Amino acid sequence: MPLMTRAPAWVVQHLAAVRALLVLTAITGVIYPVVVWGVALLPGLHNRAEGSMVTIGGRTVGSQIIGQLFTDRNGDPLKQYFQSRPSNAGTGYDPTSTGAGNLGPEDIVDTLPEDPAKKAVAIAAHKARDSLLTQVCTRSKAVGALEGVDGSRPFCTPGGVGAVLSLIGPRDRTGHVTRPTRVVSVNEQCGIVARPFLTTYAGRPVECARYGGDYLVGEIVPIRGDAPATPAVPADAVTASGSGLDPHISPAYARLQAPRVARARGIPTDAVLKAITANEDGRVLGFIGEPRVDVLRLNIDLDKRYPFRG
Amino acid sequence: MSTTTAAILFTGSLVIALAVAYRPLGDYMYRVYTGTGQSRAERGVYRLIGIRPDAQQTWSAYARSVLAFSVVSVLFLYGFQRLQEHLPLSLGFGPVVPHQAWNTAISFVTNTNWQSYSGESTMGHLVQMAGLAVQNFASAAVGMAVAIALVRGFARRKTEHLGNFWVDLIRGILRILLPLAFVGALALIAGGAVQNFHDPYPLQTLAGARQVMTGGPVASQEVIKQLGTNGGGFYNANSAHPFENPTPWTNWLQIFLMLVISVSLPRTFGRMVGSDRQGYAIVSVMATLAIVSLTLITVFQMSHHGTVPTAVGAAAEGVETRFGVPNSATFAGATTLSSTGAADSAHDSYTSLGGMIGMFNMMLGEVAPGGTGSGLYGMLVLAMITVFVAGLMVGRTPEYLGKKIGSREIKFAASYFLITPICVLVGTAVAMAGDWGRRGMLNTGPHGLSEVLYAFTSASNNNGSAFGGLRANTPFYDTALGLAMAIGRFLPMILILALAGSLARQGRIPVSEGTLPTYRPQFVGMVVGVAVILVALTFLPALALGPLAEGIR
Repeated sequence: MPLMTRAPAWVVQHLAAVRALLVLTAITGVIYPVVVWGVALLPGLHNRAEGSMVTIGGRTVGSQIIGQLFTDRNGDPLKQYFQSRPSNAGTGYDPTSTGAGNLGPEDIVDTLPEDPAKKAVAIAAHKARDSLLTQVCTRSKAVGALEGVDGSRPFCTPGGVGAVLSLIGPRDRTGHVTRPTRVVSVNEQCGIVARPFLTTYAGRPVECARYGGDYLVGEIVPIRGDAPATPAVPADAVTASGSGLDPHISPAYARLQAPRVARARGIPTDAVLKAITANEDGRVLGFIGEPRVDVLRLNIDLDKRYPFRG
Repeated sequence: MSTTTAAILFTGSLVIALAVAYRPLGDYMYRVYTGTGQSRAERGVYRLIGIRPDAQQTWSAYARSVLAFSVVSVLFLYGFQRLQEHLPLSLGFGPVVPHQAWNTAISFVTNTNWQSYSGESTMGHLVQMAGLAVQNFASAAVGMAVAIALVRGFARRKTEHLGNFWVDLIRGILRILLPLAFVGALALIAGGAVQNFHDPYPLQTLAGARQVMTGGPVASQEVIKQLGTNGGGFYNANSAHPFENPTPWTNWLQIFLMLVISVSLPRTFGRMVGSDRQGYAIVSVMATLAIVSLTLITVFQMSHHGTVPTAVGAAAEGVETRFGVPNSATFAGATTLSSTGAADSAHDSYTSLGGMIGMFNMMLGEVAPGGTGSGLYGMLVLAMITVFVAGLMVGRTPEYLGKKIGSREIKFAASYFLITPICVLVGTAVAMAGDWGRRGMLNTGPHGLSEVLYAFTSASNNNGSAFGGLRANTPFYDTALGLAMAIGRFLPMILILALAGSLARQGRIPVSEGTLPTYRPQFVGMVVGVAVILVALTFLPALALGPLAEGIR
């Protein structure tokens, strides 16, 4: 190649680089993925490569491995269906906006809305935010109410927000506030709760929290309460997954929902429990992953066997 | 079976599988990089590139080739993203904004795969497969090439020649990465990973709502994302997404893939320097650090301490039901130890101490086992520093594998280990100094600092995982993290190649009474100690303000 031998060394170097990149783009960027796609046209692989889509009576209702919502237009659970886990993908199970909530283990103080009546609007505008703790407490209370069990959890108020106090006052030598001048329940907003979950703490009356109050100056203390360490509402029912598209729930959460689903469909709970067992997968080889129930598969199974007449 | 027993078997089976792969894959890679023959396809490729495969390069020519290829790759990838709306399979997405396109181009060329974008709403299929995924192959092969050049420096005597970068690059891709990726991609599809070219399309769910389903050539990209320790997900949710990582066993396979090359390279190294036990010593250091780290992160996650995990009753936030907490912890440990940066769960929501282990793994300098190639060269530099420290303590001549570790060599080695801490600590400090950085934090208090510290640690060490709450798509973070990635990748590489050149020029010192044996358990223990002490001294103050402040009450 006469041009290259005459060009300066650094030009030759970059010409080789450009050519190498183009060759590699053709091989690994076009031929390789297309060949993989071609092999995946084989029967057995094809349906999976397409997304494991599920069709009922000619209508594609979803993917076997992507979760979906089983709620009505207002976002309330449809009682004849098993409910999926909470989701942070868009407004819930949106494959075009996947991901997690990303709040940390000590995210326990809410950012309160200016007008409690317009909380949803404020949250959408990023002007208010429920802490992860309050999200967990709120979900637990709601699931408990829906399924008719105790929705209480450690560090949650009976009202379903994080039980967290701000102790405002002088700090002692170790940095703690032992003699607070004020005690505020930071996640219980005045006007929403009639009275805080504790009447007094360290000899002081516990106040409700107001919009704009700077309670982070105080010592932030979560209050454990006397809820059982293993609550009736399972862990997966009150937490969102990493993808926001989790197609599964735990067998425990499925069993919790069985009586309500049975009532809605007018069938014995035993029949629903049997359907759960039939749609439950154990650990792969006995030790990989966790036991789980595919929610879409289970709901389709129930629709087929015990159609809902609502 | 109890959850604990299953967790132990899960990690144990991975260790066994990697031990089984160590010799055959290591030997195979040895033959790839030392063989002299070219296949017909390779000869064709060399002709297209316009290089002579038998031409040897000096260390500086080798380094210039690495840099030339990387610069061209960055420019190409940047242009690709900026022009995607004019290309097919763009899914209707517009051009990626300049600061994000720069960040992403640097990110994929440096084998970091930090993502300030969300795949499903930013990148068309063509950019993903013919832009980003190409760098998944190329950046991995570049890392391996540089590692092999360093090993040649140890193995060769009185020469300026370190091999030929273009040959090492092409062989790494055509003979190692591509065949393994092809088989792995089909395995992932068998598990449920998708491989199609669909635009997003709407469907009506069982409950009658609208859900927009996404497609893409995912499996072919997913497998090289792990095998090449890249980590950049096709979708925002990365390996938590059921289309990327559909089942518990694909989760196991993905962890295996992200570790297998880096774990087997010490075998290649041992063969090349003519002593298998030197390879065993290096892999033992990697294994010791990795097993301790994996145990700790799993224990922290399973014991779920902290306010929210206690309220929940498990560290289940951000974790997929099919994987569960222990297997997700193993994935998180492996991805941070191996410089991969893929995630099958949300690290930001991990327990304070569990999340800290992820950070600590990266702070080790990605050596246990580290990225493809970069893990091996990082570990060899650690071994040299250990030899030097041991020499100072007992008055022995510092030498390693028959090469004298003189002042020139130790300067290269020490500089190597200063670069990433400087990037991490200076970057974090600059971010925390002003609103430009603090505004990006999702969490408040110590956890907010952890998000920023994690980001700079991840970028500088070319890992790519994140505490995902950080809003990183801002001009500040895209630029600063892009710089951290570029400096953290290429300065160490240049130092490694300079070091290789300096070692290759030396002759070979015969083993004497004064030689420290570098294949005994004693030496393995010393390297482990040096690695941990280096990190502890450098990063403990920063960790104390972030995860330790949050986790220890």
